Amino acid sequence: MSDQQHTGPGARSHDAQSDGRHDVDSRDTANDTSNADIQLAGGHDSEGPPTDGSSHDELATRFADPGLPAHTYRRSDIDPLAARRREREVATLFGLSTLGTLLFIVAYFAVKPSDAAGPEMLGQVALSTKLLGLGLGLAMFCVGAGAIHWAKTLMPDDEIVAERKPMRSSEEDRRAAVAALKEGAAGAGLGRRKLIRNSLLGALAPMGLLAIIPLRDLGPLPGDVLEHTAWKAGRRLMTDPAGRPIKAADLPIGAVVHVLPEGIKKLPRPLDEEAKATAIVIRLAPSDLADQRPDRKGWDVAGIVAYSKVCTHVGCPVGLYEQQTHHLLCPCHQSTFDVTRNCAVIFGPAARPLPQLKLATDEAGYLVAAQDFEEPVGPSFWERGD
Amino acid sequence: MRLLSKPLGALSRQRRRRFAPMVLLLVALGLTGGAYAAFAPSPQAAAATGASAQTLKDGRDLYLRNCSSCHGLNVEGSSDGPTLVGVGAASVDFQVGTGRMPAAQLGAQIQQKRQQFTQEEIQALAAYIASLGPGPAIPSKDQLDYADADAAQGGQIYRTNCAMCHNFAGSGGALTRGKYAPSLQGVSPKHIYEAMLTGPQSMPVFPDTTMTSQDKRDIIAFLKTTQTEPSPGGLALGKVGPVTEGLAGWLLGLGGLIACAVWLGAKAR
Repeated sequence: MSDQQHTGPGARSHDAQSDGRHDVDSRDTANDTSNADIQLAGGHDSEGPPTDGSSHDELATRFADPGLPAHTYRRSDIDPLAARRREREVATLFGLSTLGTLLFIVAYFAVKPSDAAGPEMLGQVALSTKLLGLGLGLAMFCVGAGAIHWAKTLMPDDEIVAERKPMRSSEEDRRAAVAALKEGAAGAGLGRRKLIRNSLLGALAPMGLLAIIPLRDLGPLPGDVLEHTAWKAGRRLMTDPAGRPIKAADLPIGAVVHVLPEGIKKLPRPLDEEAKATAIVIRLAPSDLADQRPDRKGWDVAGIVAYSKVCTHVGCPVGLYEQQTHHLLCPCHQSTFDVTRNCAVIFGPAARPLPQLKLATDEAGYLVAAQDFEEPVGPSFWERGD
Repeated sequence: MRLLSKPLGALSRQRRRRFAPMVLLLVALGLTGGAYAAFAPSPQAAAATGASAQTLKDGRDLYLRNCSSCHGLNVEGSSDGPTLVGVGAASVDFQVGTGRMPAAQLGAQIQQKRQQFTQEEIQALAAYIASLGPGPAIPSKDQLDYADADAAQGGQIYRTNCAMCHNFAGSGGALTRGKYAPSLQGVSPKHIYEAMLTGPQSMPVFPDTTMTSQDKRDIIAFLKTTQTEPSPGGLALGKVGPVTEGLAGWLLGLGGLIACAVWLGAKAR
């Protein structure tokens, strides 16, 4: 039984100069034969579902088979000159590939890796690397491109129908397989040897625990650590990374200092604490703070304000301060906070203003925190509630 | 005190005399004035050390001809430019030395361009502006000598304080509404120092009190080190991070692959 139906070759010999009507006819005959093939295959398989053939017939009566689109001929199929040209193109690509290979071999021996970098276009990559790469690239790309060009323009491109073979094995093979399985099971004797069966079950059943037990590492729950930071009343603001205290009088207007709480390096998990407590200190002219929230009056020290540096969107370090506009930007998603209005969000995806750190000065004139942040810093989390 | 009590007692006896109040007043005034002259910060003397009257006059002439249309005839500022009283010599040296001032046009940000004045003219201008009010002075040679500075420490300070705007390799980056943090590559140590000291345009101020002179030298050393580092991988792509890398990856890499795929799938004609 032939399950490959070439629409091309028959058509090609006598249809090249015929009109479309002829084309349609030849296609119809082709489809008829393929239908006959399918029916033949169905009939051959005696165990196949009895409805198969009839449903196919029903479909065939309800929908006309659109068949294959008309074959279009390439220039190289019709014009021998064009075919010659394509041939030369393929040969050129293969020739380039040969040149690439030669270039690789020559460069490998002639240019040492320690030689000068050569032309500036690829920075400081050694000339040897450049030439080897160019040769290898030419050799491999051109041989592939030539092969594709050859296949696409010169090899036959007739449409081919390939019918599927039936998936089901023969009845004989199926019976043999079942018999082999049964024989094997009888040989293992699981039904008779209860000790082996039970101990095997005892070994396999607890194996599920191996997958479940490590889930314990997902815990314990964080508790309230997300609600608090290392800032405390009276704790000095220290410059990051130098760790020096800051005198309020030392900050001119427009100055910015990135700060951490005093003694944070001595806490049990200093990096976790730094990630939460990191803050930015900015000195504004006190007149710039005229529009701030009434309940935040007195949180600054003579125009010096401090805000959490953890963005309320997804927690990036907010640090781009524009001194003239008093805008604080987050580098990740461009959330913009207005420092003159308690870091209210004026642009971007941030959900809330940055938490403000209430400031005071100690007896020596150094900036200290007056309390911890009033709210959890950083992005929203499930237990936060808003 | 006991040593002083005798002459003071004599003085009080003299007070009954006619001219005593006037003499006392003159002495008191003289003492106050003398003490003030001795102890009060004299901006002119402090800021423009060694600036002769001629230098100040040259500076003022330069100012009137080149700057006063925006900053005001009396340096009081206008809608086109802020007052320059108290900005200090460092600010003038930075703004004029990098060619930002005099500005070609107002806009989102004043652009860096070719320096418009000679170094002597800039010195004179700086001396004149510094004589108007106290402000940061131009850093000295010692303050700028970063030969022994700690580039690794500078990198830490840089990443905390500068990298968010100027990029991890000092290649600059975008701010809002057309403003940007300029590239730090090829900027002289003096201008980097002055920018930190004075906070030009959008940049905040990093005074010597919170970021010491040594910190600033460390930062300069870090920047100079990163700029001389070789780029063994080939194209550094301006070291502006994922933007150019993404652009090259998408346009050149994926674009080439897609072009190949389209060619593979196209029917030959």
